[in-house]
Amino acid sequence: MDSPQISPLIIFFASIITSNMVLSNFLGMCSFISVSNEFKTASGLGKAVTLVMIFTTVINFAVYRFIVVPLELEYLRYVVFIIVIAASVQIIELAMDRFLPELHIKLGIFLPLITVNCAILGISLFMVIRDYNFIQTLLFGAGSGLGWWLAISTLAAIREKTNKSKIPQGLVGPGLTFIIIGLMALAFMGFSGIFTIQ
Amino acid sequence: MEILKTILSVTGIATVLTVLIIIAEKFLNNYGECKIDINEGEKELAVDGGSSLLTSLAANKIFIPSACGGKATCGMCKVKVVNGAGPLLPTEEPYLSPEERAAGVRLSCQVKIKNDIKISVPEELFNIREYQATITSVSEMTHDIIEYRFEFDDGEDISFKAGQYMQIESKPYGKVKEKATRAYSISSVPSDNKAFELIIRRVPGGLCTTYMHEHAKVGDKMRVTGPYGDFYTRDDSDQYIFMAGGSGLAPIKSIVMDIVEKGLDKKMIFFFGAVTKKDLYHTDFFREIEEKYPDFKYIPALSNPAPEDNWEGETGLVTDVMKRYVESGNGRHAYLCGSPGMINACIKVLTSIDFKESLIYYDKF
Repeated sequence: MDSPQISPLIIFFASIITSNMVLSNFLGMCSFISVSNEFKTASGLGKAVTLVMIFTTVINFAVYRFIVVPLELEYLRYVVFIIVIAASVQIIELAMDRFLPELHIKLGIFLPLITVNCAILGISLFMVIRDYNFIQTLLFGAGSGLGWWLAISTLAAIREKTNKSKIPQGLVGPGLTFIIIGLMALAFMGFSGIFTIQ
Repeated sequence: MEILKTILSVTGIATVLTVLIIIAEKFLNNYGECKIDINEGEKELAVDGGSSLLTSLAANKIFIPSACGGKATCGMCKVKVVNGAGPLLPTEEPYLSPEERAAGVRLSCQVKIKNDIKISVPEELFNIREYQATITSVSEMTHDIIEYRFEFDDGEDISFKAGQYMQIESKPYGKVKEKATRAYSISSVPSDNKAFELIIRRVPGGLCTTYMHEHAKVGDKMRVTGPYGDFYTRDDSDQYIFMAGGSGLAPIKSIVMDIVEKGLDKKMIFFFGAVTKKDLYHTDFFREIEEKYPDFKYIPALSNPAPEDNWEGETGLVTDVMKRYVESGNGRHAYLCGSPGMINACIKVLTSIDFKESLIYYDKF
């Protein structure tokens, strides 16, 4: 695939819908399932993921271009990306607590959780594999974050409904959640005629 | 060469990031000196902002009870904040009732000090300190209960009310890699202030009780904090009913010894519930007090005595036995210490014979 040809806008919308991180790549499943019980919390986590995705992809893009590639350390990118993510989440948290205390109260408890979210690492790795330029990377990060937010909010909203309905005993909990996720993935794939990036 | 390059680059990147975090911490997490005002100016502490209320207080030797070490999982480190704590965090919500929220109660491990803060803590907490203590005796009471005596190092002493408890910290052992902090009632008398005694029953699978029963021995040093708790006798009655099961005997023993020693004029009756005779302990001790002190009565009750016990005392559930002796509340206080099941059953019996619930004090474990 000749990535530089793809318009950044297509990448942006595709990563929200057709190439949604969680529904098409099944990345970031752990928090996707465990924190989707309540709409409010799920949406909070979604926002935090979006924020961290944008920041870390940009930082990782710079680190990759200016440190990893010149030093011919491509095989180390997993290690490098993960420590960069961990460190930047720490700094983002400190800064947020200082300058945006209200936002920190809303998102603060989710930030450390996100450090180990595989979707975040996934974004950085895809950006390398697909050879995106800076603008593409930025919109890819933003789109994937928004896509993850959309997915977890939708799942949480559906689960809030199903929590109140009568469900066969054996399906209560993870069983039904997986079925819902499967159906959601199918629905999101329905858009794949419009645009696709992978 | 390649290996060296790899090691150096990873170390280099990690170092740069660490330095960045340290710099960020220094500039972003620096809230300057903040004042903690405790109980309307009774005590004022100056601390560096940026860390939690719990750790800042502990650094100033004020120990708020906390079993989880500041992870917001035990909900014990509640402190009333008058102002300066910022809004309630989602991590605290599960542990606070609507009344507590309205009163400004917070989990001190989650409150970060960013400015001057006013809090109010119960007077007793000022007494709480951290000690280093050495086990000086280990005495087996029954097949699963042991009494330990701890003496403070460096000749320190403690001031506590009979009925309060201490927290001890177990060390890693065998497959258990973590330390565990657990609370046990003091069974010795407050006047014995260079030491304290604990009665610990073995709980199958319990982290700290297994450590104590299998690994702790005379001469071991342990980190302890205390005294904690409000399970002590209130003075506005001269008739006390005590009831305990298993290791719940500990605080009652301390209370009875304290009253006898001070020569207070109190009528006391102590019901101790056990299954068979081999679960009874300190019997001679209480019989001796009974002889010397006519106002004290000790009534052990066995729920299921073995044939070889030749048991002539009271039989049946300790709550039923109590019903036979106590007809009405009549201004008496009741102090109960034991399993939640026993205490709930006992509260039911007491309220059914006209005992005011506000005069029933208990320590469930």
